[in-house]
Parts: sequence; structure tokens; C-alpha cells
Amino acid sequence: MLSFLIRRVGQALLVIVAMVLIVFFGVHVIGDPIWMLISPEMDQQAIAQTAAALGLDKPIWEQLLYFLRGLAVGDLGRSFVHGEPAIQLILSRMPATLELAVVALLMAVLIGLPLGLYAGLNPDSPVSRTIMASSILGFSLPTFWVGLMLIMFFSVMLGWLPATGRGAPQSVLGFETSLLTAQGWAFIALPALNLALLKISLIIRLARAGTREVILTDYVKFARAKGLSRQRIVQVHVLKNIMIPIVTVLGLEFGSLMAFSVVTETIFSWPGMGKLLLEAIQRLDRPVIVASIMVVVILFVLINLVVDILYSVLDPRVRLTEARA
Amino acid sequence: MSASSEPLLKVTDLATHFITRAGTVKAVDGVSFEVARGEVLGLVGESGSGKSVTGYSILGLVDPPGQIVSGSIRLSGRELAGLDDEAMRSIRGREIAMIFQDPMMTLNPVLRIDTQMIEAILAHERVSERAARDRAVEALQKVGIPSPRERLEAYPHQFSGGMRQRVAIAIALLNRPSLIVADEPTTALDVTIQSQILAEMQALCRDTGTALIWITHDLTVIAGLAQQVAVMYAGRIVERAGVDAVLDAPRHPYTEGLLGSLPSAATPGEPLRQIPGSTPSLGRLPPGCAFSPRCAYATAQCRTEAPEVSGQTLGGGVERQFRCHHPLQEPSR
Amino acid sequence: METPVRRFVRAFAEDRVAVLGFALFSLIVLLAVFAPFITPQNPYDLAKVDLMDSRLPPGEQTGDGYTVWLGTDGVGRDLYSGILYGLRISLTVGALSGLIAASLGMSVGLFAAYAGGRIETVIMRIVDLQLSLPAILIALILVAALGKGVDKIIIALVVVQWAYYARTVRASALVERRKEYVEAAQSLGLSSAAIVFRHIMPNCLAPVIVIFTVQTAHAISLEATLSFLGVGLPQTEPSLGVLIANGFQYMLSGRYWISSFPGLALLLTIVSINLMGDRIRDVLNPRLEK
Repeated sequence: MLSFLIRRVGQALLVIVAMVLIVFFGVHVIGDPIWMLISPEMDQQAIAQTAAALGLDKPIWEQLLYFLRGLAVGDLGRSFVHGEPAIQLILSRMPATLELAVVALLMAVLIGLPLGLYAGLNPDSPVSRTIMASSILGFSLPTFWVGLMLIMFFSVMLGWLPATGRGAPQSVLGFETSLLTAQGWAFIALPALNLALLKISLIIRLARAGTREVILTDYVKFARAKGLSRQRIVQVHVLKNIMIPIVTVLGLEFGSLMAFSVVTETIFSWPGMGKLLLEAIQRLDRPVIVASIMVVVILFVLINLVVDILYSVLDPRVRLTEARA
Repeated sequence: MSASSEPLLKVTDLATHFITRAGTVKAVDGVSFEVARGEVLGLVGESGSGKSVTGYSILGLVDPPGQIVSGSIRLSGRELAGLDDEAMRSIRGREIAMIFQDPMMTLNPVLRIDTQMIEAILAHERVSERAARDRAVEALQKVGIPSPRERLEAYPHQFSGGMRQRVAIAIALLNRPSLIVADEPTTALDVTIQSQILAEMQALCRDTGTALIWITHDLTVIAGLAQQVAVMYAGRIVERAGVDAVLDAPRHPYTEGLLGSLPSAATPGEPLRQIPGSTPSLGRLPPGCAFSPRCAYATAQCRTEAPEVSGQTLGGGVERQFRCHHPLQEPSR
Repeated sequence: METPVRRFVRAFAEDRVAVLGFALFSLIVLLAVFAPFITPQNPYDLAKVDLMDSRLPPGEQTGDGYTVWLGTDGVGRDLYSGILYGLRISLTVGALSGLIAASLGMSVGLFAAYAGGRIETVIMRIVDLQLSLPAILIALILVAALGKGVDKIIIALVVVQWAYYARTVRASALVERRKEYVEAAQSLGLSSAAIVFRHIMPNCLAPVIVIFTVQTAHAISLEATLSFLGVGLPQTEPSLGVLIANGFQYMLSGRYWISSFPGLALLLTIVSINLMGDRIRDVLNPRLEK
């Protein structure tokens, strides 16, 4: 198990290093790197001065070293718009996005898994057919439109839930969260549902396909031959086997969830990384753009790593063959 | 085979059909037999003969589009055919247990052995987990698995094929059933392991007094194991008698063909004898006797009229039955 | 004598829901194509648009005397006209980017499969890397780097899509390459290019068609999302996404129609394409999983 972990972590580090290099060369080759560090409003003289001071007339290898050194201390420049160091800005918004993504994921599983399981166990019932038909709707609907509709129904027409904003964050065990108050949950309800809807359809389809496959296996037949109750068979035998592909997909989709949070955060004015990135793009706040990309990529790699590990925890066959290899 | 006491299992005219859009497949069509307490019945047939479906029917595990359309299955006098699923569930794993062919696929690969054994006990009895675990250890010991207490915590793929099947056997014996249905339990194993498992199962059943229906396509397996043999063809039993009677003096041409095609019966240097033709598809059976297209002795009557079961009582309460218009003559003694 | 095309059409038509999708999509395309003839006004002809008509609810009359069945937007444009013109842009951008991505992806996939070895591995690594990143992220990064404009959006959409085609076509091509007709062609002395394009490629088309429908729906959705966020098409090329964005600010004050109707049009377009795509996938290759 340990060698498995070491190998995976090593691979992850390699990918991060590769991404850092790509981003650096990308920025320096595509755009004029000067614009990375200087506000577009400065006059010619100030620009020239800064360029010289920052060594932008030096060979690219020296600039790479400079960039890496900055990276090591977490300095990726200052936001033009906010004035704060870009990295700090992003990290301050990260808890909000993570909170949203986690709640959305939980919602997706808690809603999608039972529905998909039901559809798999009773494939011909009218309820199941309705579930499957609506799952097509689920991934057809563009996220932003769903968000609009949610606001329209629940905020404007019914007035049940707030349309924008986030509950006041509090610190718990070093983590920041807004979910300790009922207010906080009211604020997160619609945006999380918006994000979750996309994944709910996916989970329903996966759970249904998985269930239909597992139900036909010999080990389920054997479990019935042992006289186990249907409840036990579904909850233990079927569930554990369909969870494996679902967890894998979910883990990879978590990254996509965070990417789509750009849309949801904008619509619901949720103060997270996504909204920050979008504003940065709209206002050409380049340090923030670059820093956001780096943070997101690193998060991605980490998520994939966690999914890999989780997979081996759930499927003992993988764990043991890796150990022997 | 004593018929003096009430048989443990009495199957009468069992018919299990699969009703599909392409037609009705009569997998089991009028099967009758009895198994006494502690007796071993060998159910022999090629694939497609309906032997496995017979086994599933007894446990009520036939899934749609298949269903038991008629007939009776009596266990200790109690009618099983037509019982609802909940009632069957309490019988499965407790009074009747089943062992399947491929142990890798019958044990859930993501669950530990102890989980799968303990749940089989707890499904039928209210005992503490520790007591159930002890029973599981005892069962593993009985089937010859070393260090059973540690092995309980392992996963199925950590066992070899023979060991896995032993675990399956142990699970079958956990709740002390009166009958075990074993569907080709050694077919997927190495030949050397096969005979081991055979011998062990025989001993176990004898010690515990458990009746056994051993489903197989291999007559040699039956020879040393069973007391009674039933030969199935195209969904029907064509011959049923004590093992010695069947093997030494078969009355049905199909049985004779099976015996003759065994490698052990062949003369060295001569080509192996095979029954010409192939098993009919159960959805399109020929009129008359199902075996007639392949039978060397078939007459016009065989081709038009399906034979009924004829019985014969040999001395000493021994019975034999066969379905044939022209049963083979017994060798004169 | 039933040709493969006719067989396909018959199999497709067995699912009534898919036929409904096809009918709906055809209707949408027709509306978009004939937009200038069937709309009461050209919403981009500034002379015709009157600020006095702005924010009229559905069913009202404008100053010029015609009824706006779907209402007007914030500057007085008839929404019905706006939606039809918007459909043209949304559909064009989506289909165009899809076609370019398909050609590009197919070429890369065929090349990788035929080249083999190191080249193939490198190309497929790039493909895998790109496929592991979410489309919207890639699109945002590209838009940030390239700026706004129709051509830049199309480039972004192409970059997001090509990898799907590349991966699938390469897998198909690998399978086809081993088949006998390739050996036969080789023994006849045909050049590699001829073999690839005239023999292998037509056999890889089935999965490409399946992907094309699904990806085009995604592309339309993605473009709408980007436009809605303000980083997609500019106001001069108002696709459905732009229209929805313009109407967003009126949502909270109860003038729901300015966003909802374009949104509905977008939805119907995407759903109809997906319904067709699902059925096409089932018919062309029942073993293919999404």
C-alpha cells in the first residue's frame, strides 16, 4: 500500500511541475510578460522602469528562475483591481468555492443514488421511466439557465430562498465555513442545487446501469440462495459493487464541479474563486488570472490523487495487486 | 433406495418454462424424482438438458421470463412450488442450500469472507456476532481450510479455486440444511482438486446426514458418489435408477450412449465413440421422443409419440424408471 | 433492396421520442433559416427599434402597431425576432465549431493511429490531458488569452471539442487497420494516404456522427454560457446566450420574459439535438458507451 501511495504522489508532483512550466512559457510566449506585472494604465516611462527593474530584458532562463523563486514564496504578483497579492486573494475565496462544491456533490449523491438504484431495481415501472427521461433533461439544460429558473421560482415567485449572497463565515477547526447557521444553509441551497443538477443525472444513469449489471451476477444469485433479505442484498452486496465506478467518476467530476462554479457563483453572487476568475477575465486582471489557473490545476491534480487512493480503498482487488507488483 | 419412509424431497411433474417473444422454451417439462434423507442423487445431462433449471426451480430462484408453470415440489411434505418469495427466503440457506459452479463469481469480490459467512447465519437466526463467527470458523475447519480464524478476514480472490469452493461448501453447511443442491461444483476446478472435493463432500454429507443433489454432465463423477442417478435429456428425465443399475445395465439408449462415449470405456487405439447429432434447442423440440433423431434404435413410433414414464420394480424395494418405447434389454444374469 | 441509409432511418424512426426530437430540431432550423422572412422586424436595424417599446410584456402592441407575442427587451426589440436571429447565430457557431473540430480531430486521430509508436503515444497523452480538464475551464483560459470576438469563440470551441474526435477516431482506426481490406489495399500498392482517407476513414464515420450530435449540443450550450457570462460573443452578434444575459437584470423585477423565452429556445434546441443523438448512438453502435 505504501509503495502505491509513493508512486501516485510522485506522478502527481510531476504533473504539477509540468503545468508550472507550461503556464510560465505560455504567458511569456503568448503575451507580453510585462503586462503580467504592470497595470495597463501606467505611462511609458514607468513601464520601461518597471521592466528594467524586474529584469524583463534578461534572457528567458533567468526570468524562469525569477518566476520559480516567486512561486516558491507564493508571490505571483498583485491584483490590478484589488491591490492584494494574487495568491492571497484566491486563497481567501477558496473556502467558499470548496464549500459549494462539497455540498453540491453531497446533494448529487443523496438524490441521485437512491433514484438510480430504484430505477435499476425496477426498470419497467413508470416511475423509473420518468426518472430516466428527466435525466436526459438533466445534462441537456445549461447550468446557467437552470440557475436562472431556480431564482425565478424559488426567489422571485415563491420567495422561499435568497437569490444571492453567502451566509457569514465562521471558523471551525481552522476551516472556514458558512454552514453553521440556518441562514447559511438557506443561502447555499439554490447555488448548490444548481451545481448538483448536472451531476444528479450522471449519477442516476451510472447507478442504474451498475445496478442492472450487478443484479444479474452470480454472487447476487448466491446471496439469494443463502436466504438473505432483499434489503440486505441491495444495501450491502449491490451498493458496494456499484459504488466503485461511481466514486471514480465522481472524483473526476468534482473538478468539473469546481469549474462550473464559475457560472453558479456569478449568477448567485457567491463569493468564490469562480466569480473571482471571471471578474479577472472581464477586467484583464492578469496576475489573478494566472494565479487562479495555477491553483485550479494543482487542485485538480490533488483531487485525482485522492480519487485514486479512494478507489483502492473501495476495491480490495486493486489494493492487493498493487502491493504485490 | 428405500421408499419406506417419507422422502425428504418429492418432485412431481415439475414444468418450468421460459416464455419469450421468440417462443416458449420448455427447459423442464415433466420431471419427477424423489430424494430420501441423507441420500445422494446424481442429476446428469448435457448442457441444455434442463438440469440446472431443475435445481433453481427447487430453490425458487428461476427469474422471469422463466417460471414454474406446473408440478409440485414437496420438502418434508411441505409444498414449495408457488410459495411467495418471503416464505422461500426463509427456506433458502436454511433447509435447502445451493452451491454454484464458479466460486470466483459466487463469492462477492468486494466483501470479506467473514462478512459473507456471518450474514448467512444472521439471516436465519438471532445469534450474537461472536457466536456466528465461531460457527463460521468451525465450518471452515470442517472443510479443511487451515488457520480458519485468520482466513476469515481475507477476500475471495486471495484463495485458490479449490479453497473458494470449499468456502462455498462451508457456507452451504452453516445452517445445517437437510438438502444441498450442488450445480456442477467441481467443473471449474482442476482435475486433481475435483476428486478431493468430491470425496470431502461425500464424507461431509454422510457425517451430517445431509441429502445431496449433485448436478453434473460428467458420469464418472457420479459413479463413486451417488446412490441414485437420474439422466436428463431435453427437459425430461429419461432414466432414473440406483447408480449400479444405471451404470451397469442402462435401459435408455441415451444413457447407453453417454456411458459408451466415456474415455474410460474406449478401447485404446480406436476412435472415441460419440452420440451422433447434437442436443436439440429447447424451443424447437422434434415431435415424439426428443432423442429419436440421434437414437440408433428409433422407430416410426418413436418419432411421432413421446414416450411416457415406465416403471419397473426390481426385487427388494428397488425402483427404476425410464422413458422409452423400446428400452434396452437387460443383460441376462 | 434496403440500403444502409434506409436501414438507419428505419431503425432511428422506431423510437418515437427521437422522431419528436428530429421534428423539433427541423422546425428550429427552418425558423432560423427563414428568420428574415417571418419576423415582423429586423431587431438589428436600429431605425426600426423604438425605445418607447421597451420592456413590453408578451401580447402587447408596439408603437408601430404589431403585436409582440413574446414581449420586448430592454431597448425595445421584439423578442420573437431577436430569438430567431439569435438562433441563427447560436446554431451557426455551434455547427461550424463542430465541423472544424471534427475535421481536425479526425485528422489527428487518423494520423496518430497510422503513425504509431512514439508519435502516437505523445499525441494521445496530449489528448488525454486535455480531456481531463473541464471544457469550461479551457474555454475561459482561451478567452482570457485571446479576447472577445466571434472568431475567437469559435477557436475556443474547436479547442474544447477536437480531442473527443481524436480519441474516438484513433480507436476506430486502430481496429480498422488490422482488418483484411487494409492488407488488400496495401498489397495493391496504394499509398498510405490513399489507404487512410479512402478506406479507413469511411469506416470510422459512425462514431464520429454520434459524437458530432452530442458535442454540437455541448458547444451551443458552452457558447451560450460564455456569452451569458459576458466573455462570449459580443453584443453585435447576439446569440441566445447574449439575449439571456441582457435579460438577467430584469429577472428580479418580475420581467421574466426577456430571459426566459430565449432560454426556452436554447433549451429546446439542445434537448432536441440530444434526443436525436441518443437514438443515433443506440442505432449505430449499441455497444458504444458514453
